[in-house]
Amino acid sequence: MGLMWANLFRRKTRTFLTLFSLLVAFLLFVLLRAVAAPFAGGGVSVDGADRLVVTSKYSIIDLLPLSQLAEIQRVPGVEAVTHQTWFGGNYQDPANFFPKYPVEPRAYFDMYPEFAIDPAQLDAFESTRTGIVVEEGMLARFGWSIGDRIPIEGDIWALKDGSRLWQFDLVGTYRHRDPGEGAPVALLMHYDYFDEARSFEEGAVGWYTVRVSDPEQAPAISGAIDALFENSPSPTKTSTEAEFARSFAAQIGDIALMATGILSAVFFTILLLTANTMSQSLRERIPELAVLKTVGFSDARTSLLVVGESVLLCVLGALLGVGLGALLLPVASVATQQFMGPVSMSLDILLQSVAFAVALGLVVGALPALTAQRLRIVEALRRG
Amino acid sequence: MAIVDLSEVRKSYVKGREEVEVLTGIDLAVEEADFLALMGPSGSGKTTLLNIIGGIDSATSGSVQVSGQDLAAMSRRQLAKWRSENIGFVFQFYNLLPVLSARRNVELPLLLTKLSGKQRRSNADTALEIVGLEDRARHKPGELSGGQQQRVAIARAIVADAPILVCDEPTGDLDRDTADEILELLEILNRDHGKTIVMVTHDPKAASHARHVVHLDKGQLSTETDEEAA
Repeated sequence: MGLMWANLFRRKTRTFLTLFSLLVAFLLFVLLRAVAAPFAGGGVSVDGADRLVVTSKYSIIDLLPLSQLAEIQRVPGVEAVTHQTWFGGNYQDPANFFPKYPVEPRAYFDMYPEFAIDPAQLDAFESTRTGIVVEEGMLARFGWSIGDRIPIEGDIWALKDGSRLWQFDLVGTYRHRDPGEGAPVALLMHYDYFDEARSFEEGAVGWYTVRVSDPEQAPAISGAIDALFENSPSPTKTSTEAEFARSFAAQIGDIALMATGILSAVFFTILLLTANTMSQSLRERIPELAVLKTVGFSDARTSLLVVGESVLLCVLGALLGVGLGALLLPVASVATQQFMGPVSMSLDILLQSVAFAVALGLVVGALPALTAQRLRIVEALRRG
Repeated sequence: MAIVDLSEVRKSYVKGREEVEVLTGIDLAVEEADFLALMGPSGSGKTTLLNIIGGIDSATSGSVQVSGQDLAAMSRRQLAKWRSENIGFVFQFYNLLPVLSARRNVELPLLLTKLSGKQRRSNADTALEIVGLEDRARHKPGELSGGQQQRVAIARAIVADAPILVCDEPTGDLDRDTADEILELLEILNRDHGKTIVMVTHDPKAASHARHVVHLDKGQLSTETDEEAA
């Protein structure tokens, strides 16, 4: 190990530049993996889920009739049902993006007991037709106070009079009950007001959220709900919240695929760069490797030494990148949580990074290691 | 019994379409604890012969018995292990690893043993003490003079207690006084520590430190072999 370490830093500038490149690559890896993680993977089984989401079968942007709520409620095993709709809209500037949902005030907070709201504020939300509640961090972000009138320009939904300027009254805030968790940054408005005031699609909702009494029965309940509307004008697709979130975000594009594409390009470049570093390093010390063999290092041990250096370099770069990523993710999380929830460093990402670094090191070190293994002592000593 | 026993050793290279014969039937026996100087003009094949004795090159034909082992019958892996236990190499240009301190250079052959790190360092320090460089243990080769570097190389050659030292022009890059110091050190290792030394040199003064001198010319040992050194 000491020998590998010493060899690695024989040309400090070159090693530091390579390490920096690896650091940047793995930092990018960490950030993109963290951001793409919620979008990755295929369908998630509804087995064991206590909350299900019912959307239109063909596209989550297709609306569903509100009349389905009562029918869903009657499905055996369904404990509660509520609905939400995507409002879109802008506050002052499109850059101030945050989701806005028309909801049933009390039913919403009953459905999501992990979100805490002051009972008086919930009463106010329920009784104020133009009332809204927001995630508590938004007060500081936009300089709002309870009682403020908040104008939102509707980009999807216009009012019946044709105007697009919706006026709401801020009556409360909500937060996650667990201080370690962040509640989704969003604005919740009164569905009844939204439904009466909008100029089209009256009586339609975006999706239903269903709480089941027995999570073990979730697959059966999911099937029963979809069967109920199979032959209706609005067939449904029932899935988990995680799957719904993925489908929702996929409207932006295939985030996971984009992340994979970017990372592939970055790592291919890094592979070439690191391979070049290792090849140069090997060429410079062919006679030294011959000396090692002369004193008794076997072919296998010599090649192991070379490939070990390569792996050490890559793992070191990866750990630096992951470390910096862990420091930066909380900052990135502030920017992302408004539309996709918080992103965070996970053990999974750390392990993936290390595994990837080891694999990269093995690939990069393979050819120099082979050269070292095949080295003929007498010929190599002549190069000294 | 001879510790080095060569019989009818031939070595040839293919250069282009031509086969060049470097050694043409060498018979040589070196007794244990002998100090043999191999002399000869440039291109005579003396380094090739030394490399064959040291197990880093192989003969095209003939028998090479060193320390009781038939080197031709050994695999590369077996040869590597055998070298680590039997041969200490000293080169003209020292061939130290520039990134390692003197102590770490000397310690290199011990990395192949099961000794603990502490024991390795202790043995390396002892070897450095034998060559008179105990106070330079932390210095890197670039911080040492040529003579000091060659002493470190000798310490590396003896640290694993190999019975045979093969030295290829060990004083070829040194001034006269320093060369004498190195040769005296080799003499001590031969006389007091019982090391068998086979040294290639073109310098008669260096050869005079050996117990025996053999001459090699055009791939053959000359008739003046086995001459007792002065």
